[in-house]
Amino acid sequence: MSAATHLVGYDDAMAAFDPVFGIEVHVELNTKTKMFCGCENTFGSEPNTQVCPVCLGLPGSMPVTNEKAVESAIRLGLSLGCSIRESSRFARKNYFYPDLAKDYQISQYDEPTSYEGELEVVLDDGTVVMIGIERAHMEEDAGKNTHVGGSGGIQGASHSLVDYNRGGVPLVEIVTKPIEGMGERTAEVARAYVATIRDIVRALGISDGRMEQGRLRADVNLSLRAKAGPGEDQSAIEFGKRSETKNVNSLRAVERSIHYEAGRQAALLLAGEPVVQETRHWHEDTSSTTPGRSKEEAEDYRYFPEPDLLPVEPSREWVEELRKTLPEHPAKMRARLQADWGFADLEMRDVVAADALDFIADTVAAGTTPQAARKWWMGELARVANEKDVALTDLPVTAADIAELQGLIDAGTINDKLARQALEGTLAGEGSPAAVVAARGLVVVSDDSALEAAVDEALASQPEVLDRIREGKLQAAGAIVGAVMKATKGQADAGRVREIILARAGVEG
Amino acid sequence: MSNLRRADVARLAALARIDMSDDDLDRLSGQIDAIVDAVALVSEVANEDVPATSHPIPMSNVHRVDEVRPSLAPADALAAAPEAEDGRFRVPRILGEEA
Amino acid sequence: MTDWTNPAEATRASALEMSDALRAGAITSVALVQAHLDRIAAVDAAVHAFLHINTDDALATAAGVDADRAAGVGLPLLAGVPIAIKDILVTKGMPTTAGSKILEGWMPPYDATVTTKVRAARMPILGKTNMDEFAMGSSTEHSAYGATHNPWDLDRIPGGSGGGSAASLAAWEAPLAIGSDTGGSIRQPAAVTGTVGVKPTYGGVSRYGAIALASSLDQLGPCARTVADAAALHEVMGGHDVMDATSLDEPVPSCLDAVRDGATHGLKGVRVGVVKELSGEGYQAGVKQRFEEALDHLRAAGAEIVEVSCPSFQYAMGAYYVILPSEASSNLAKFDSVRFGLRVERDTIEKTMSATRAEGFGDEVKRRLVLGTYALSAGYRDAYYGSAQKVRTLIQRDFTAAFEKADVLVSPTTPTTPFKLGERIDDPLAMYLNDVATIPANLAGIPGMSLPAGLAPEDGLPVGFQLLAPAHEDARLYRIGAALEKALVAEWGGALVSKAPELEETR
Repeated sequence: MSAATHLVGYDDAMAAFDPVFGIEVHVELNTKTKMFCGCENTFGSEPNTQVCPVCLGLPGSMPVTNEKAVESAIRLGLSLGCSIRESSRFARKNYFYPDLAKDYQISQYDEPTSYEGELEVVLDDGTVVMIGIERAHMEEDAGKNTHVGGSGGIQGASHSLVDYNRGGVPLVEIVTKPIEGMGERTAEVARAYVATIRDIVRALGISDGRMEQGRLRADVNLSLRAKAGPGEDQSAIEFGKRSETKNVNSLRAVERSIHYEAGRQAALLLAGEPVVQETRHWHEDTSSTTPGRSKEEAEDYRYFPEPDLLPVEPSREWVEELRKTLPEHPAKMRARLQADWGFADLEMRDVVAADALDFIADTVAAGTTPQAARKWWMGELARVANEKDVALTDLPVTAADIAELQGLIDAGTINDKLARQALEGTLAGEGSPAAVVAARGLVVVSDDSALEAAVDEALASQPEVLDRIREGKLQAAGAIVGAVMKATKGQADAGRVREIILARAGVEG
Repeated sequence: MSNLRRADVARLAALARIDMSDDDLDRLSGQIDAIVDAVALVSEVANEDVPATSHPIPMSNVHRVDEVRPSLAPADALAAAPEAEDGRFRVPRILGEEA
Repeated sequence: MTDWTNPAEATRASALEMSDALRAGAITSVALVQAHLDRIAAVDAAVHAFLHINTDDALATAAGVDADRAAGVGLPLLAGVPIAIKDILVTKGMPTTAGSKILEGWMPPYDATVTTKVRAARMPILGKTNMDEFAMGSSTEHSAYGATHNPWDLDRIPGGSGGGSAASLAAWEAPLAIGSDTGGSIRQPAAVTGTVGVKPTYGGVSRYGAIALASSLDQLGPCARTVADAAALHEVMGGHDVMDATSLDEPVPSCLDAVRDGATHGLKGVRVGVVKELSGEGYQAGVKQRFEEALDHLRAAGAEIVEVSCPSFQYAMGAYYVILPSEASSNLAKFDSVRFGLRVERDTIEKTMSATRAEGFGDEVKRRLVLGTYALSAGYRDAYYGSAQKVRTLIQRDFTAAFEKADVLVSPTTPTTPFKLGERIDDPLAMYLNDVATIPANLAGIPGMSLPAGLAPEDGLPVGFQLLAPAHEDARLYRIGAALEKALVAEWGGALVSKAPELEETR
């Protein structure tokens, strides 16, 4: 290990070199069943409870392709601007590893279903960048190894335990073309690209794209080459040796791993040392990468067409039908919504960052004003989510609920304070806001006789208030309003109460 | 193409995860060499214009509906495991890197 | 007339005769199964056709059939007729070894589709039969559990890889058996044991639960002593299976109807094509003679004999011995000590895998796995595997052209009568030559049958006659096979296999 560690910062690295990067994203599809067998595709079950002879790789077992996975993969390919191959075959990628039940992975090799696409990525400041897509192909996931003994990592483990529940889960692997010319915005672009993929798969409804749960995984490649001199064509300069960083499982990590790798590679190059082409691991805790096991030679996967599966040949008619089902590009959709809703740039950015966009959109669609929708989702609900340390999507409340809640306020049935109580009830699982209001009797009391009675009762203990009001101190009514609100547990219509008090005083309010 | 040296066979055996002694390797290289000569004809006759046949009976789009089928009971899944621990298959430590 | 009260006679009948007798009440299934179990006990020490005997379960199935029959419950045609299953098919409750040490004692947690069909047909399963390890071989000498001996001459091979199934038929240990055929492993053993074996059209029988050797070549098929028996079993085994994507989505061929048709109506108008490249150059004299005589029978039945040429067949062996090892090298990777089977433990999983496979696999398997790894490896894949797949296309084209001139193609099934145990074991190439006539059908995916053509005059050992039909035309094999069989059996005065020497019963 050379002495030239990451002493070079990202900015300096970008100043000295021209970066070229690529990203491989694996998307876990949310089909009901696995790619090649009927085992359930869920997360978090007891080990080896979602396995069968096929995904366990037992002798005699055979794969059969999940039609929904094929459909999702094609829709994803279309969303990436790809061409859809008329005939594509699966291929076996052969290598031995304990989490690979058959000791080969069924993937696609030289015939990916989707190829040659282009994706528009919009950066925070509105800059539009086009990312070339090489291919998007289908494959199955491997099981999960847990290392026991040592620190829990692979080094120093005494043995490993294998769970095949995840084995066979459908994946689509999206590979970009090498991305050149982003300069110091490389890390930013990489992050935005992965975020865009995430938005797309969610908009398509084929995956929830949650990186922290492994539903979307990124491997980031980076190489540095010499900066072109004056008059020199940068794109003619040969790529440098690249590293591939795995285990990048958040958007933040995408950006930060590039920062680190650029610095690490720059330090080596500036010291005159070579960059080794290798796979590295990102470590969130130390914000650094470490090398994987160095292999004497590249693994020979001996790809050949999968004989147990037949070619996937989507008809052109079907592809066009699927194209019609594609949702709007996320960036375009965001721009349109922002305009429709009249949100400021910063407000919109915050909404997106909080993953509240879909909720607000659905709430607006259910009849609420954008401002009100934003108030609830970015206000009270965001606060609750934060407190419980969960995402908005984990809260047991829907856009329909919020629309209903706001509707009750707008109708005057409840006020803001009661609304918060109703929401509390909904979050506690008591039912929809209307149901909670009914059950708890949270309705605003606007029945005049009841209010008059309450006012008179309050006035009885504070008779001097009427005199003060007649003297012109209208704000003295506040004390009675407060008392009435307290007596009615906040369910009085405060405005009406004040009117009644002033009427009692014989004064216009 | 033929004249597989012992070192080549050793590399292939490693790729196929089969331990072989020197004697095994010697014996095997001679036999494999002979077979390879016999099959070398194959690359002579097949040319560019001939498409490859990977499936003898042409079929396509054989897919299954995305509906759940019963999985194995975990006891059955693990029944033949040479070693199991905590409901998982136990293996000696892995040298290779994390996938 | 079979005396059904005499177990020795009961076991000499055909499966359809047994089915008739069961339905007529002339014998119970329990008695029939017991008769076979007793026969196995008496001769299998010498023959070694079986790796596992399924005594209790077979008798229980038989008892269930007898009870249902007595109660008037409707039963399938072959209900109560016992069957042996090649140890390549997974069977719940019975060990499945594929003839390998690496799967010694492995109890599968599921049944193959064909196993399920056999159970649904209410056929008692006598046990699992011996085979070359992972179906790689032509003599069953590569079984990790010892060789099987040909009932015609116990010093000789019964063929392979399905020698156990074929031997069980010729030794009267079972009336029906299931085999698998990747390059001739049903047909060649049938030829050298004087029995009938059929490889269906690729995809005609589900491969789900059949331990894979070469996925694009493997097929399971029926083994029997008569063409009609094979037809009945074919109808039980065949059919579309959602668990096997390569299985044909079409009705099971009407094999029994075809047998009736062939036996009744003769072969007027049928064109029989003799494949020049398989016509017996270099074949044993007696094999060629019986082949020619069979052609005479076909002529006498009204068929027209034509000669066809399939020039790309000279490359078939080469293509086969690239494609098979390549696919096998991938299919056998799963035997890695992790989830099932043998484990030879070392301090790392990598070393454990290598040590396990070194100990668990025999020499022939290792040879082919290394060969396959080579043929697929970077830099060689196009030259070997890629080219071999192109040869496949050429072979299919040759067959297509030949089938325009002929309705069936014929050849001797295998170049020689059964050779002695140990004779070719150290010469892999010589061993591979056994399959020269059977391999093209697997490469092309077309169906093929071997039926007995007689005994070679020079050694009195069985010779097989091979029929090949176009893809999907399995019934045609049964029609023409039945007609030929009828003529030959008339000439012999009985089935060929009844001429086999009596085995000494050791119990």
